[in-house]
Amino acid sequence: MRLLLGTLFAFAVAAIVGLGATYLALTRGAAFGAFTIGSWTAWPKTGTLDADPYARATIARTGQLPVALGDGVSFTAQSDDSGKLLDGRCDVVLSGITPAARFWTLTLYNVKGELVANAINRYGFTSQGIVRHADGSFVIVAGPRANPGNWLPTGGVERYALILRFYDTAVGVSTKAGREIPMPAISTRSCP
Amino acid sequence: MMRWLLLFLGGALLGGIVHLATVIIMPRTATQDAYSRLARIAPVNTVISLPAPTPGGATMPFMDPAFATAICRYDLSKGTLKLTVPVSLAYTSISFYTRYDVAYYAINDRAAGRRVIELELMTVDQHNQIPEDEDVTAADRLIVDSPTLTGLIAIRALAPEARLMPTAQSTIAAAQCKQQDEPKSAR
Repeated sequence: MRLLLGTLFAFAVAAIVGLGATYLALTRGAAFGAFTIGSWTAWPKTGTLDADPYARATIARTGQLPVALGDGVSFTAQSDDSGKLLDGRCDVVLSGITPAARFWTLTLYNVKGELVANAINRYGFTSQGIVRHADGSFVIVAGPRANPGNWLPTGGVERYALILRFYDTAVGVSTKAGREIPMPAISTRSCP
Repeated sequence: MMRWLLLFLGGALLGGIVHLATVIIMPRTATQDAYSRLARIAPVNTVISLPAPTPGGATMPFMDPAFATAICRYDLSKGTLKLTVPVSLAYTSISFYTRYDVAYYAINDRAAGRRVIELELMTVDQHNQIPEDEDVTAADRLIVDSPTLTGLIAIRALAPEARLMPTAQSTIAAAQCKQQDEPKSAR
């Protein structure tokens, strides 16, 4: 009886630890080789045959096709530079410049990876579609209400993620440490 | 007390194995991965255009709405594949994925350097069966080796501005992937 109880206890611990760790790893998007600049994180290796088992499992679970490294590199931000999670009810300001790439796109997704409905059917920007300052820098405001300039509607969702994808670029291929790469800063300006 | 502690440690160790096993098995059991989603709508060895993602629905999560996308779901078991993709105005890329959605190769319009990108896709075995002289004479023949027998090719054209989307879509719609004849048996 004691043996049976002991075995059951050990198996229960194994199931909780094992499945719990898998669930956490896959929902948090854990993979090796993360490459972080400010609030932006990329996993360039996920777009290659060298993708590790965690990256492969995450791809399979979400159902996405990752950006291949020969095509470009994709950076995700889920919080602003102070660590506050991106909130669609606030005005979030992205400002600065981007690393060299032939094109880039910025897209706003909800936590499930879907586009967010809004009145003007705008889901993001491309490098050609934004208004820039004379020095090439830009400011994008993500918020629930219309803003002058580059307004990215959030539809008022509670949580969202921004994905900045660079196409035909050397970022992620030739860069190891990310310090010299300029990425837009993210700050939360006003919350209701 | 000691006994339960040992049992706990043993269980945790076993849990580590369970964790690694589930992570490794995950891609093989997933039913909502990109390949499975596309297998329901994409016939084999044919290019189909995917509808643009909308808030109401998208073929896959995290699709880039600035791109027109077409997919060729391939199966090389009956022969090699020939892929022809006309280049659009802004940026066109072709990405190759294995059956388990891992990207193994990508090429874009600039790297290809011509108005129409032509590629041949084959397995390593099929590549080895090509007579050597044939391989050498066709210097500009672009051959891609697929690590798996089946997989996905994603053909994507950027519309830098929303009004250019119809152009990008019609360019992509002209892409073709065709199974080539059974390779002549090696001499």
